[in-house]
Amino acid sequence: MSQLSVEHLLGIKHLNRADIELIFKTADHFKEVINRPIKKVPSLRDITIANLFFENSTRTKLSFELAEKRLSADVINFSASQSSVKKGETLIDTANNILSMKVDLIVMRHPNVGACDFLSKHVDAKIVNAGDGTHEHPTQALLDSYSIREKLGSVEGKNVVIVGDILHSRVALSNIYALKLQGANVKVCGPKTLIPKYIESLGVDVEYDIKKALQWCDVANVLRVQNERMAINYFPSTREYSQLFGINKELLDSLGKEIVIMHPGPINRGVELTSDVADADQAIILNQVENGVAVRMAVIYLLAQQIEHK
Amino acid sequence: MSKKTLLNSKEIEIILHRLACQLIENHNNFENTVLIGLQPRGIYLAERLITILKEEYAINNLKLGKLDITFYRDDFRRRDEPLSANSTDINFIVEDKNVVFIDDVLYSGRSIRAALTALQSYGRPSNVELLVLIDRRFSRHLPIQPTYKGRQVDVINEERVTVHWKENEGEDAVYILND
Repeated sequence: MSQLSVEHLLGIKHLNRADIELIFKTADHFKEVINRPIKKVPSLRDITIANLFFENSTRTKLSFELAEKRLSADVINFSASQSSVKKGETLIDTANNILSMKVDLIVMRHPNVGACDFLSKHVDAKIVNAGDGTHEHPTQALLDSYSIREKLGSVEGKNVVIVGDILHSRVALSNIYALKLQGANVKVCGPKTLIPKYIESLGVDVEYDIKKALQWCDVANVLRVQNERMAINYFPSTREYSQLFGINKELLDSLGKEIVIMHPGPINRGVELTSDVADADQAIILNQVENGVAVRMAVIYLLAQQIEHK
Repeated sequence: MSKKTLLNSKEIEIILHRLACQLIENHNNFENTVLIGLQPRGIYLAERLITILKEEYAINNLKLGKLDITFYRDDFRRRDEPLSANSTDINFIVEDKNVVFIDDVLYSGRSIRAALTALQSYGRPSNVELLVLIDRRFSRHLPIQPTYKGRQVDVINEERVTVHWKENEGEDAVYILND
């Protein structure tokens, strides 16, 4: 198979296993490309991409922009904080205005769940979801699985625990879909207040003891505590959180085996991970960042392939 | 569908030896020369030539790279079938080297154009030559000609030339197919 089964990347939920395999196979080639002396290919030289970021982002935006430039696409950037959104313009109006400038593909991050689905039904462009509220962040989940595959050979059959704020995390939801699709065993671990009700219906187990969770797993994907999304206090203090769910060197050493530590960034050092863990050899956090560019190149390339030449 | 044999195993063997000798004539001991097979079908020819050069002419310092041109093609989004990439494996810099591209069939010349662009990612070669097993004459879209050619053929556009290799298809042969 050499074509995706979907027209937009709105979430992992819409993908099948063959899609993920195709994205990873394509990303392998792009990883080789971005390690050449000249890290650029001309494939998308007649494609224009708009990055619409209605919510702050540093690394995802940089990663997408770099991926687009490595494919030779023309790129325009848009941040809500500097735009007419502040003046009351609707999402469709903003997008249509940008499309009038002949944009072929939109990468969008938005604070509202479903914003990308909505946009995909109303504008004539390919849509890539770069995070919609607390819903999905598909490219992050893809690069996480890609990094596991690179480190451990495959995702199938591996035990993966997602630690932290599952309730507010789009990374967690996309990761659960992606990992289950590839045949991994998934557990989530965190304070009871930050684990959504009925999470078991996604086929994952819940573990409240961090040590037991780590002992069970091959990979721990540690999420950031998202203070900005918490209107109320979900746990008494950051200090208590780090004591109960933070991962430090001592805890890792007590496991008697080496597990892989992942984190989507940005890290709250001393809260979910101590510095010696974040900088340890078993942490593949910076590999995740490098793989992010290759995986995003693959996604954009495969979607752009479907755009009809006029 | 009609199928005509253009070259049989014996003829291919003779041609491969001639091409190997022509390479030696121009590149002596290959000190400053690198061979680059074009993915996917040029690799078989490149490896066959390497074997002959090593085993029969004792040339041992040969450098072979594999180049995939998928991302450099000019028909992206212009084909019915989606493109699917192969791996590129070039672990040397081509700066100031003599490069020999190796491919099985030269047709429109567009693949070679893409390969020339792709090659720039690995430095500025001092010169680039092209070796092909089959040169389809009068079918070029671009001003590109082979430096070394196994056999020149005149076939119409509706016909396809396919090269079979022992390693892949179980026999050495070149066929002209008419669908």
